[in-house]
Amino acid sequence: MFIGYFTERPYQDPGSGYFGATGKPIMDLTVSNEIYDAKLGAELYNRYLDEKMYAEEMGFDGLMLNEHHGTPFCMGGAMNVEASILARMTNRAKIVLLGNILPIWDDPLWLVEQLSMIDMISRGRLVSGWVRGTGRESVAHNSPPPYNWERFQEAHEFVVKAWTTPGPFRWEGKHFQYRHVNPWVRPYQEPHPPIWLPGVVSRDSLMWAAEKRIPYIMLATEMEPTKLAFQLYHDTAAEHGYESGPQNIGYLWKVHVDETEELAEQTARKYVQGPSNPFLAGNEGTVNPALVNLPGLTSRTRVLPTQAVATAARGGTGGVAGVLGRPFEQQVEDYTIITGTPDSVIPKIRHVLEYIRPGSIFFWDGDGAMTHDDAMRSLRLMGQEVIPAVKEIAKELELPGPFEVDPATGKDLTGEAAATPTADD
Amino acid sequence: MASASVAWTEETRSVAGVDLHLRKGGSGAPLLILNDEFGHLGTLRYQDELARQHTVYIPTHPGFVPTPRLDWIMNMRDLAGWYLMALEELGLTSVNAIGFSIGGWLAAEMATMSPDQFNKLALVGAMGVQPPEGYIYDMFLNVPGHCIAACFHEPEATPEFQDVCPDQPSPEQAQAWEIAREEACRLGWKPYMYYPGLPNLLKRLKDLPTMIVWGGEDEVVPISAGQLYHQSIPGSRLEVLADCGHMPQVEKTEEFLALMRQFLA
Repeated sequence: MFIGYFTERPYQDPGSGYFGATGKPIMDLTVSNEIYDAKLGAELYNRYLDEKMYAEEMGFDGLMLNEHHGTPFCMGGAMNVEASILARMTNRAKIVLLGNILPIWDDPLWLVEQLSMIDMISRGRLVSGWVRGTGRESVAHNSPPPYNWERFQEAHEFVVKAWTTPGPFRWEGKHFQYRHVNPWVRPYQEPHPPIWLPGVVSRDSLMWAAEKRIPYIMLATEMEPTKLAFQLYHDTAAEHGYESGPQNIGYLWKVHVDETEELAEQTARKYVQGPSNPFLAGNEGTVNPALVNLPGLTSRTRVLPTQAVATAARGGTGGVAGVLGRPFEQQVEDYTIITGTPDSVIPKIRHVLEYIRPGSIFFWDGDGAMTHDDAMRSLRLMGQEVIPAVKEIAKELELPGPFEVDPATGKDLTGEAAATPTADD
Repeated sequence: MASASVAWTEETRSVAGVDLHLRKGGSGAPLLILNDEFGHLGTLRYQDELARQHTVYIPTHPGFVPTPRLDWIMNMRDLAGWYLMALEELGLTSVNAIGFSIGGWLAAEMATMSPDQFNKLALVGAMGVQPPEGYIYDMFLNVPGHCIAACFHEPEATPEFQDVCPDQPSPEQAQAWEIAREEACRLGWKPYMYYPGLPNLLKRLKDLPTMIVWGGEDEVVPISAGQLYHQSIPGSRLEVLADCGHMPQVEKTEEFLALMRQFLA
């Protein structure tokens, strides 16, 4: 079992008017950065880095970062900058990027170099995930949505080649062209850092991951459709001649641990009280229908069961503006938020592991309106009680992570020194 | 409103490597209509009226419903090159043409490549040049219904507004809009709906009678773009319709038709 820690790093400004239980919902692309408070921003960036370092100290296997653009719900507009700092400031945990938004890079060679440097400085601790990005990413970096999937695939092929093939070589693709590819940095890991894929929406990318033997991480989706999506992964793997298992699938969801049940509930309610975040059930903000339906960004028909649920919650496929708003209580009931003391949280986590059978999990915590103290209390209790217990449960349930069993080959990696499983390309 | 006297036919013809969907109606000298970014919005009165004196050809651009997309067409100049091949195969050379909005951009690119392709050319609210003042409306940050509504100065005073922008579009219409937007996105995402070199190339239209028609209150393509077209095309004329948005053919049908009849006579 691989256990990671995640937060979106929200821009928490109590004076902003859109923060807190009564804050007004945010619609994407409608908040000007003129309200950005530089001193507050500096405090928050440093706070989130401190929490990541403490998470390593508390025994997390992975420190997960993500990236969004032009929105208060995620301050990681250049996630590789944060990853670079963690590469130097931490020394054991994997730095899990879920992920770089491949289609919006007009110059993926620069990405090759940045990720190789992170892998070098961290001495081989980089897990390099890719995402396709949402509408706001395509808009922010002006990347053509109908070519999102083509650019994703071509950039992936290019990055892997640049990591594995001695230069110089030429690349004359449909979307990217180079006449001299010869970066003066190579990845530390051989043949290259593991590639993982997170997602919620696209059937294409899930099946692509299964075909490429790349682990797939479902992000805060509801349990039943998540299980269905993973079944699709396993079926696709079987079609491509290999047996996938827990090492191929991961699940991220909201888990907050606290000192008492009362404090846990009170704090977990803050998940839905920060700046609106379309991925944070209960506080998604107001959907910008144009951004949701950016022309050609994802296939109109080939969506996962998880997205079908989200679409239904939005009131159908017509792109009608609305608020999702699954209440906190409902999320607690369906296990998409787990909160409590270690004693009450551990059996609930066990239930999720039994139902979904992932080899990697990520606790999404310290988000919304949660303070630094809230995050640190939870991290401490996770380290002291939850992580050791969950590791034992995972052993009992036979849920190996991708550093224990190679997702590409099914080979046991635990006996090997410096094992670095990679996606088979 | 639509006159029933014009019989429109629809056919699919294998042209320049694609099964081109073509609507045709009326009689007289051929008149080519190059549709805007929304594709086919139904048979409108201006089309019926033009068909009284012309054989009107309305092809569906590749990538718009139902003509299939051509994967190699990645920008407007690709599409213009394809159209020149297609029109040659259709025998529509030295033809009169009207291009609306993105179709105006298409027509302008074709004319710079091959001015003899056209006999007379009307550009209506044409995209394609960077407006010296203002910006072209960002259709991708708005849903289709809002985009169409933005094309009208006074939608409520426009009899055919509900025909082109129904409150409740059918699923087929909504799907067709989305597919049209997707192809428009491929053609003009970046730079947004213009080609920087076009004003310099438009000098090739010096011997082509060209009329530029603009709504005085066009909120989609600022009138400064119309003025730039006018300055860039030697001998062109610019006609501005008052109290009118981006679709003069729908919002000011009579005035638009009067201009066209006079220009095409």
